Amino acid sequence: MILRGRKVVGGYAEGEALVSKDPVSFYGGVDPETGVITEPGHAVCGESIKGKVFIFPKGKGSTVGSYVIYRMKKLGTAPAAIINVETESIIATGCVISGVPLIDKLDYDQIKALKTGMRLRVDADKGLVEIL
Amino acid sequence: MYLTAEEERMLAGERGAGVAKAMELLVALGEVFGAERLVRVESAHVSGVSYKNLGEAGLEWLEEQASLGARAVIRATLNPAGMDMGRWREMGVPEEFAEGQRRVIAAFEAMGVEPTCTCTPYLVGSVPRQGSQVSWAESSAICYANSVLGARTNRESGPTSLASAVTGLAPLYEYRLDENRVPGKVVEVEARLSDPLDYSALGFVTGKLLGSTVPYFRGLGRPSIESLKTLGAACATSGGIALWHGEGVTPEAEKMRQRLAGLERVTVGDRDLEEAKKKLTCEVSDPVTCIGCPHCSLKEIAEVAGLVRGKELGRRIWVFTSRGVHAQAERKGYVRQIEEAGGGVYVDTCMVVAPLREMGWREVAVNSFKGAQYCANMGLGTRVASAERLVKEALR
Repeated sequence: MILRGRKVVGGYAEGEALVSKDPVSFYGGVDPETGVITEPGHAVCGESIKGKVFIFPKGKGSTVGSYVIYRMKKLGTAPAAIINVETESIIATGCVISGVPLIDKLDYDQIKALKTGMRLRVDADKGLVEIL
Repeated sequence: MYLTAEEERMLAGERGAGVAKAMELLVALGEVFGAERLVRVESAHVSGVSYKNLGEAGLEWLEEQASLGARAVIRATLNPAGMDMGRWREMGVPEEFAEGQRRVIAAFEAMGVEPTCTCTPYLVGSVPRQGSQVSWAESSAICYANSVLGARTNRESGPTSLASAVTGLAPLYEYRLDENRVPGKVVEVEARLSDPLDYSALGFVTGKLLGSTVPYFRGLGRPSIESLKTLGAACATSGGIALWHGEGVTPEAEKMRQRLAGLERVTVGDRDLEEAKKKLTCEVSDPVTCIGCPHCSLKEIAEVAGLVRGKELGRRIWVFTSRGVHAQAERKGYVRQIEEAGGGVYVDTCMVVAPLREMGWREVAVNSFKGAQYCANMGLGTRVASAERLVKEALR
């Protein structure tokens, strides 16, 4: 099954899906050393996003979050790709400066089809997500 | 998004990797927000300077941009750093932090960004014209540029303001367009506004009520520059406000009068301001009094000097300002008067971006809701009151 969205940052990645229903703050909400979500009460608190295709509605919190994505990429703890429902400037900026592929605006039914644990192939240049 | 032939070449790397990276960011954000094209900007004010917020990651990114040859092509000023670049040792800033901070400033200087290290570039010579497009980060300066000066900027971040500095361009969307500058709610101010702290409280209450909706204030009276800067700073702290209009006060308010029909109205009274003050005040026993969020104007430093001249302080008072204003205050003798009383006047930094916990601070008293909120977020005991009251309390 192939889903179609909007390319924000190009690139190619394959990985296991991790789906969060909550928005994510990379500054203060994620441990950049390990890639684990640390925000108390968060939908995927305790889960690692390292190497995953990380699916969440949008970013939130401080714009410093963009630098945290960059740091995670350098440390090897960043997600392989990000899929947002509708992205905003913190996540978009973070993905551009660190080269993490980013797609958004898959339609609502399609994004509901994505489940944690699925294996996904992301061709962000074409805005495509394939469930393998 | 439409790009000119020249912009296409910049994106393709013909003007170097630094420009190409900057273009990549501006174009991606332009696409995200549905911008039709890029627009020329006249100045940039770059945030993300304190090593406390940047950490090694941000520092490495800045050094990488500098090494890729990114250079400012328009006037670019810099937000406060985490320490006074000259007197950090005296402030109690750890050596390791200072080393990181020095590298951050060096990277910005290599890119041609002026190390103004202030959140009030408009008080030290970077004053955008009404209607001009600029790329400013730093939420309080964004509010001042958009609202008080009538210039046009979005809520830029460190990377986007730097990308604008390097290209002279920004994607054309949101507050850069007429249709998005109209007010969304009318705020009827019934509260008595005398001290700048009252304006700060009003901004804080408004941000909480309106989120990021553009307010149209009625009943602001005749606010001073000091009141205008603290009002916007507070609006942007408790909400996401980037632009406000004030009847009889701000340059675009008059033409917005025809756009008020049908807008929801909210009223802010004395009780709302009192409640806000109570909320950000807890019991403190020995706070450091911090004046200067946003950075002090000459008038604010004169007021502190006038209150402490010839007296002795029982508690520490730290005044934060820009290098430009500090130089004027020194000539006037204000700095010496404050220092002789036992206080300090520091430049390049403030209580919001300095590593206060590592400096051993536990409690602060501030004359700004923005300062109070950030210090409370750092876990410090916080008291908020007018500058006059706080300075009097600190005297022996």
